[in-house]
Amino acid sequence: MINSLSRRQFFSLAGAATVVGLGLAGCSSSSAGGTSSSTDTSSSISGSITAVGSTALQPLVEAASEQFMTENPNVQITVQGGGSGQGITQISQGSVQIGDSDVFAETKITDASTLAKLADNKVAVVGMGPVVNTGVAVDDLTLAQLKSIFTGAVTNWKDLGGDDADIVVINRASGSGTRATFESAVLGGTAVPASFTPQEQDSSGTVAKMIADTPNSISYLAFSYFSDTLKALSVGGVKPEEGNVETNKWTIWAYEHMYTAASPDAATKAFIDYMLSDDVQGSLVEQTGYISVSGMKVARDANGTVTSL
Amino acid sequence: MADISDKRGIERRGRVLTGSAVALVVVLVCTLIFMVCSRGLATFLTDGVPLGSFLGGTSWNPHQNDASGVPLVGALPMIAGSFAVTLLSCALALPFALGASLFVVDVAPSFGRRVFRPMIELLVGIPSVVFGLVGLSVVVPWTRSWAGGTGYGILSSSIVLAFMILPTVTSLATDAIAAVPDSYRDGSYGLGCTRWQTIVHVEVPSAMPGILTAVIMGMTRAFGEALAVQMIIGNAAQLPQGLLTPAATLTSVLTMGMGNEAMGTVYNDVLWSLALVLLAMSLVFILLVHLVGRMGAVRNG
Repeated sequence: MINSLSRRQFFSLAGAATVVGLGLAGCSSSSAGGTSSSTDTSSSISGSITAVGSTALQPLVEAASEQFMTENPNVQITVQGGGSGQGITQISQGSVQIGDSDVFAETKITDASTLAKLADNKVAVVGMGPVVNTGVAVDDLTLAQLKSIFTGAVTNWKDLGGDDADIVVINRASGSGTRATFESAVLGGTAVPASFTPQEQDSSGTVAKMIADTPNSISYLAFSYFSDTLKALSVGGVKPEEGNVETNKWTIWAYEHMYTAASPDAATKAFIDYMLSDDVQGSLVEQTGYISVSGMKVARDANGTVTSL
Repeated sequence: MADISDKRGIERRGRVLTGSAVALVVVLVCTLIFMVCSRGLATFLTDGVPLGSFLGGTSWNPHQNDASGVPLVGALPMIAGSFAVTLLSCALALPFALGASLFVVDVAPSFGRRVFRPMIELLVGIPSVVFGLVGLSVVVPWTRSWAGGTGYGILSSSIVLAFMILPTVTSLATDAIAAVPDSYRDGSYGLGCTRWQTIVHVEVPSAMPGILTAVIMGMTRAFGEALAVQMIIGNAAQLPQGLLTPAATLTSVLTMGMGNEAMGTVYNDVLWSLALVLLAMSLVFILLVHLVGRMGAVRNG
């Protein structure tokens, strides 16, 4: 009797463990919204939205989605990272409602029929600039000088008016949005020779720490990562400031994109409209370190052509 | 009568439940291997990259093509980098692991059980990003201060990796040495050997298969570690020129690139091929463990 009881307990435990395991495996990583219990809903919008992609854009989308879900309790928005490539892959496969990206989809996929199924929504602008270790005695570089550093033509700070020390170049991961933006603005299509293989690092936070700690180092970061522990350079006399980005005097900047299907569902469309409204553009965008699209005095397309608005 | 059929039902349900758990694991492993293989082989089958230029090439820039139109996907710098950090970190960790194991088995068993074991197990639980940050703030500046250069490179990564694999190697080596029968030690002492002679000539040789297993398990961990290494090694896709210049490993290039590249592009396919190399290497390591275990079983009868 005791034997059979303990065996029964064992099997029920094993069963429970299996069920729990399956349950965990099936559980998606959706963050709990916890707003479904609300009853006094005034909005008629409902549905669930998954936004995947750019980790740089993630904080802004998360903050905006929380506000949006408070106002529209029947909408459940899940925001995930994964990188711009993931965002564009998933939205073009139709497996999510929104694909976040730091770059134009044209740079990731070339198939015209796939691109036609996507709608681009530019929700913010991010300015980027070269940063150096605080020990570097250079404050300003021309675009040509920057180009010579990042193609390996110049390897010593003394050739740029600094001390006699080797330049430590820290690049971003090939394919990262920050690197694509920097290279299109600075290199302008010049190929980097295969013999030049500088260090690469993927996360902006790590790059900021490495620049602060490594003597004679240079890299590039979004404005929001500028701090007292590193030195932001001006380029050709232009300071890396929001006002200069809006007029395109500062040329190293990019849009943050939220791609949707060409004809998105109502909830997704409402959320994109919300992202472009003053609720987000006037406040959240600036709070998370971006520049509002509504303030831009120029526009730029996927080919890099700038037109004034 | 009713009681017996009830018991049979329990038996059957139990078998189904536990059996389905096993089936789930088997299916998971098989689909995982299939997925990595199918995507990893696409580089060679769909994109037409010759296997030789992948395994033997030294230029890594899959966004560009070489003169004959084949993407620059030479993975040799990463393969060499992975082996370099793996071997060096094992070489750094082994003396400490072996010394600590001998100490807690032969010199102070109760200290080993009560204090040392829990401490070593604590080390296992530290997330690798913490190791990475400590490496970035302590090891890299330290290497830079006496060796010059930038501090990023194989040496710094190996030092951090050595700490990360120390618990694995130590606890497995301790088990192996503790498993040496006491009759061996008694025999050795009975012949008049000192403790040192006993350790060197009796204990370590008899525990050798277990110690080798410990080293291989440590190598598996070191080979597959991504985050901490990525933060410290510098990620320059060039053949390692020395211990103090930036290099790259399979895992560091994989983790940096995977999120940025869209599925189905050459770059993405090549990253899966790197994953395939990693998978193949870990299979080799596991085979080695089994081989060493069998050798030990044969020798010890």
